Amino acid sequence: MAGSVRVTMTVNGAQQSAEVEPRLLLVHFLRETLGLTGTHVGCDTSNCGACTVHLNGEAIKSCTLLAAQADGAEITTIEGMGQEGALHPLQEAFWEHHGLQCGYCTPGMIMASADLLERNPKPNEEEVREALAGNLCRCTGYHNIVKAVLAASEAS
Amino acid sequence: MIPAEFDYVAPQSLDEALQALAQGGEDAKILAGGHSLIPLMKLRMSQPSLLVDLRQLQDLKSVNADNGQIRLGAMVTHHRVATGNFGLASAAAATIADQQVRNMGTIGGTLAHGDPASDMPAVLLALEGSVVIRGSSGEREVAANDLFEDFLTTAVGEGEILTEVRFPRLEGYGYGYEKFNRRQEDWAMVAVSALVKKAADGTCEDVRIGLTHMGSVPLRATAAEQALRGQPLTAESIASAASHAAEGTEPPADLNASQDYKRHLARVLTRRALTTASE
Ligand SMILES: Cc1cc2nc3c(=O)[nH]c(=O)nc-3n(C[C@H](O)[C@H](O)[C@H](O)COP(=O)(O)OP(=O)(O)OC[C@H]3O[C@@H](n4cnc5c(N)ncnc54)[C@H](O)[C@@H]3O)c2cc1C
Ligand code: FES
Ligand code: FES
Repeated sequence: MAGSVRVTMTVNGAQQSAEVEPRLLLVHFLRETLGLTGTHVGCDTSNCGACTVHLNGEAIKSCTLLAAQADGAEITTIEGMGQEGALHPLQEAFWEHHGLQCGYCTPGMIMASADLLERNPKPNEEEVREALAGNLCRCTGYHNIVKAVLAASEAS
Repeated sequence: MIPAEFDYVAPQSLDEALQALAQGGEDAKILAGGHSLIPLMKLRMSQPSLLVDLRQLQDLKSVNADNGQIRLGAMVTHHRVATGNFGLASAAAATIADQQVRNMGTIGGTLAHGDPASDMPAVLLALEGSVVIRGSSGEREVAANDLFEDFLTTAVGEGEILTEVRFPRLEGYGYGYEKFNRRQEDWAMVAVSALVKKAADGTCEDVRIGLTHMGSVPLRATAAEQALRGQPLTAESIASAASHAAEGTEPPADLNASQDYKRHLARVLTRRALTTASE
């Protein structure tokens, strides 16, 4: 019979610790154990990117990572990006440029974009599209998402 | 989708990891990036009883590129290979899936797994590289040519850990990587790795061509290589050599591509990859 493991990680700056089943996925740890429902599950098969969060500063798909693999790590989710009244430049830009319609893909889009801007603060359009290849959007046609990311890169 | 239950350990040393694997028996499995294994476990196509996570083994994350020989720890991510300036290997790693997958997936994981649609096996074959495999009875070096045995079957045995990947820098060679898929994050229908060394008189001194997804294991396009070696590197001789690229292959047909279409892709992509490698 499988046991449990203790995981301790920093999520959006706060230390969190819990006893979990080894098979618990990070996305479920975030959504269900911690109640951080900003991170979405779209495909559950590592394709759509809705579940993208940062693991030690890098974008990863949290539906394909065990919570146990993130033990000792720093995790940032969309909730850690900005607050009402003090949005992250990417959040401002998505708002300003209408980079979302239903909003389901948006947390993942923003986390993947933040990873890009960290590595490459002034990307061109092609680099933005390439960096978002792992994030699917069923509403916008991507055009305004790309515009928003480019605008955020100019704003910072 | 939730995987079946399993136990989990994340050892601090390679010896501890080997020990855990041995104690776990035949249903124990290594966990590297998890980007092949966890999807399989979620589909319950794989149900290991124990996962031995290599994430704490810092030695397996080292990159050493001295003396024309590149040595990558098994846990080096696709992202680090893609951005590491390793020529053909970097070009191929940059095409794997998407940024998020490249941030987790590892070179050791993809080579130990041996998926015929994956990018790095044929690259290692063309580079004539090797891997180091550690077991309870010691360490051995296995050439790329002997690593890939069959569909999802490699020379990495039960209870063994692939620790390092080695390949030469190949100064003086040009390279080209051509991968055909329908969407950017898809696996290769077919991919071709080409390495070309030009002689002083402009002829082809050496050429190596690796084929991805043209069989249950990665292949070398030996007939095309032979046709080009010693020839001038003109558009005509490249096209003529590339027409041999699919000779002797039995590619697996799938929903996206029939055998004939894959053979066609191999010829076209070989011509393109050789052209880039000869520039
Ligand atoms: C959406 C998606 C798209 C993808 N597209 C591509 C693509 O286009 N091209 C491509 O090449 N790959 C692709 N991949 C696969 C990805 O590259 C995987 O990361 C890789 O194949 C496996 O590496 P890993 O580190 O994730 O290994 P894991 O999933 O952790 O392990 C895979 C297997 O190898 C074993 N193993 C792992 N490491 C070792 C080791 N050091 N020693 C012994 N055994 C070991 C494990 O036990 C397991 O059986 C894709 C994956 C996803 C999720
Ligand atoms: S829910 Fe993780 S990639 Fe779609
Ligand atoms: S805004 Fe609806 S999925 Fe992207």
